[in-house]
Amino acid sequence: MTRMPQLAAAGLHAGASIFLAVACLPFMAEAAEPALISPPVSAAPPDDGQWMMPAKNYASTRYSELTEINEGNVKNLQVAFTFSTGVNKGQEAAPLVVGGTMYIVSPFPNVVYALDLTKPGAPMKWKFEPNPEPAAQGVACCDVVNRGAAFADNRIFFNTLDGHTIALDASTGQPIWNAHIGNINIGETITMAPLVVKGKVLVGNSGGELGVRGWVKALDAGDGRVVWTAYGTGPDKDVLIGPDFKPHYDMDKGKDLGVTTWPPDAWKIGGGNMWGWISYDPDLNLIFHGTGNPGPWNPDLRPGDNKWTSGIFARDPDTGAAKWFYQWSPHDLHDYDGINEQILLDMNWQGKPRKVLVRPERNGYLYILDRTTGEVLSAKPFGPVNSSKGVDLKTGRLIENPDKQTGTGKVVRDICPTASGLKDWQPSAFSPKTGLLYIPHNNLCMDEEGVEVNYIAGTPYVGMNVRMIAGPGGNRGAFTAWDIAAEKPAWSVKENFPVWSGAVVTAGDVVFYGTMEGWFKAVSAKTGELLWQFKTSSGIIGQPITYRGPDGHQYVAILSGVGGWAGAIVSGDLDPRDATAALGFVNAMKDLKDATTAGGTLYVFRLP
Amino acid sequence: MTHGAVTLLLVILALTGCQREERDTRPQSALGSGEQPTPVTTLEPGGQRPSPADNKAASFEANAFHLSEGKRLFGWFNCSGCHANGGGGMGPALMDEKWLYGSSIESIHATIRDGRPKGMPSFHDKIPDDQIWELAAFVRSLSGNVPSSAAPQRNDDMMPHPSENRLPDAATLGKSP
Ligand code: HEC
Repeated sequence: MTRMPQLAAAGLHAGASIFLAVACLPFMAEAAEPALISPPVSAAPPDDGQWMMPAKNYASTRYSELTEINEGNVKNLQVAFTFSTGVNKGQEAAPLVVGGTMYIVSPFPNVVYALDLTKPGAPMKWKFEPNPEPAAQGVACCDVVNRGAAFADNRIFFNTLDGHTIALDASTGQPIWNAHIGNINIGETITMAPLVVKGKVLVGNSGGELGVRGWVKALDAGDGRVVWTAYGTGPDKDVLIGPDFKPHYDMDKGKDLGVTTWPPDAWKIGGGNMWGWISYDPDLNLIFHGTGNPGPWNPDLRPGDNKWTSGIFARDPDTGAAKWFYQWSPHDLHDYDGINEQILLDMNWQGKPRKVLVRPERNGYLYILDRTTGEVLSAKPFGPVNSSKGVDLKTGRLIENPDKQTGTGKVVRDICPTASGLKDWQPSAFSPKTGLLYIPHNNLCMDEEGVEVNYIAGTPYVGMNVRMIAGPGGNRGAFTAWDIAAEKPAWSVKENFPVWSGAVVTAGDVVFYGTMEGWFKAVSAKTGELLWQFKTSSGIIGQPITYRGPDGHQYVAILSGVGGWAGAIVSGDLDPRDATAALGFVNAMKDLKDATTAGGTLYVFRLP
Repeated sequence: MTHGAVTLLLVILALTGCQREERDTRPQSALGSGEQPTPVTTLEPGGQRPSPADNKAASFEANAFHLSEGKRLFGWFNCSGCHANGGGGMGPALMDEKWLYGSSIESIHATIRDGRPKGMPSFHDKIPDDQIWELAAFVRSLSGNVPSSAAPQRNDDMMPHPSENRLPDAATLGKSP
């Protein structure tokens, strides 16, 4: 029913982009093929200028229809106002804008601020301090980050590092409920941004480096009560696998695979956490979420496929019941968590309309899945990959490279990508105008050595010495525009450091992202040409957003403040003489301390 | 409630009351010494006090066997999971010249035994006291604070950093190579 207007709209967009391409740059005519790829309208309704969830919409496009700021005038952007979060740790959160108010969550101690956008300088309306337990900082694997809040029904929902989900009255900042769902004494923390679907707040835990068993919970948005819990490992009843579960590939079929694909009891401390992104398709009534790496990293200690880690689930949001599952990295060898963002799109695939899900995955492949079944339509590497040789589309299985097989007492060199993946959590953005997915990512390789490890609850359970280095070319990061239909990159910009920030793309054909030196950049959505940049006070690992302010004008916002796993050398003041510091990331980031210092500042830009 | 139940309740109350009267006349740690209070600050109103030195400290610090045992235990008890091989990660770097809670072996011993508020777990009922001293001595070797003749030598593994007895100076910290 929605198909007709959708196609018409897509046709319009395509026409517009051809016109622009011809007008701007003759050599771009080739790339501006009609883009007949667009998110389902139910998951990406017409833009109202607000930003109510980190991914912008349920389809997770991070695309704004605003056009006031465009390729032509973005060079004039100026700072409208700034605001210090008061916390000099990695700022990974996306600000939210609802009505005339902006909401931001700081890293631990997870202070929430509401800023009044209707007044000059955006003064603070309220702030809320949840006072999480300081000890939580010691069990957070990779800096004490928080990836943002979610807004629904005049409430702000957010998670604290020490395992609470809290609902605040968005007008006053008064707490409405506070659910304690994580236990730091077993190493459980929460860093992800919740997603609110049909009156339920979806939350997952972190702790894959501490032998924490992963889960996703749905809390009642009204009172915080846990409605369902779906574990990432264990018996089918814990994973919410029942009669409705119909995985596409044989490797995912069978009873209690979450137990039988592990050594006895290892699933209880086996990870499969959910600290990344969730998307939602209202038409199919399905949520999609990944699962994290199996624990420990040393694969010799957990023979088997280690279900349901490093994969993706489709679930019924009402009951949590699993509909299908696909495993990106069965028996993961390199800490390839499967929790990245999934962008829900409708497109023609080999002549047939398909409802797909696009996933730039940590193991280095850009997957296109049929989101109704979990079938892999395409899996192409979007950067240097040697840890595997491709994906067998018949069996769905990743073809591991035996030369890069890790294990106890063995040093394996030059594995690409690293444990942090060709791309980690940093979310990409999709423009229906260009048909391109804008992927911020890493370009790193590593040496790994498996070692014995004891499980002591509340302490790390990794069993791997890791040492990372720059990938081929020497640039440690890249920002790549991927042509989804053509299954190849349209353009790619090299960056010195990993691009650990998210991206946002607009109908003005501008893409925004940040670098770990602190540059906030605007590039052309069509060519990647740098159009404008501004040097912020610290490295950027946050998620840019754009919104229409109460004055009717378009604004762009980003949190600056280096940290996260990639920036832990600065935010945690780590010692670069130890190649294995921060699980080996420090070795690739030795010079970051020369390039930036810790910070925590919101920057908001507008045209003069 | 029946008469019997009330009596039973009274007996239970009386018994638990008795329990409360028990006194531990010989307070003693099963884990040995190391229970002396270690100041968590160097500030003391009214003037300096001598910092309490444990007689064990010196003997552990200069002893190659204890240091290499400390190094083994550092991996065994997952210290390396949080502090890597001294460069830090979830926990702070231990090989630099910056100390949150003091560089003395007594302070480090207290840190390992009792934990610290921002996420350093307390290991007092996991690690026997002598082994805590070994760990503390090894932690000091990471920053070159023990005699280099006793500090652990080259690793057999992929060598995350030069061995503790030949670590480069902390002054190079944060400078690109
Ligand atoms: C779960 C993570 C974790 C584990 C396991 C862990 N530590 Fe720590 N450690 C920390 C954190 C976090 C701090 C900082 C605490 C604070 O600032 O309050 C710390 C602090 C310390 C300090 C104080 C450093 C200073 O600058 O004063 C020492 C020494 C130390 N740890 C040694 C050890 C040893 C030895 C072990 C193993 C027995 C160990 N740690 C295990 C997380 C950990």
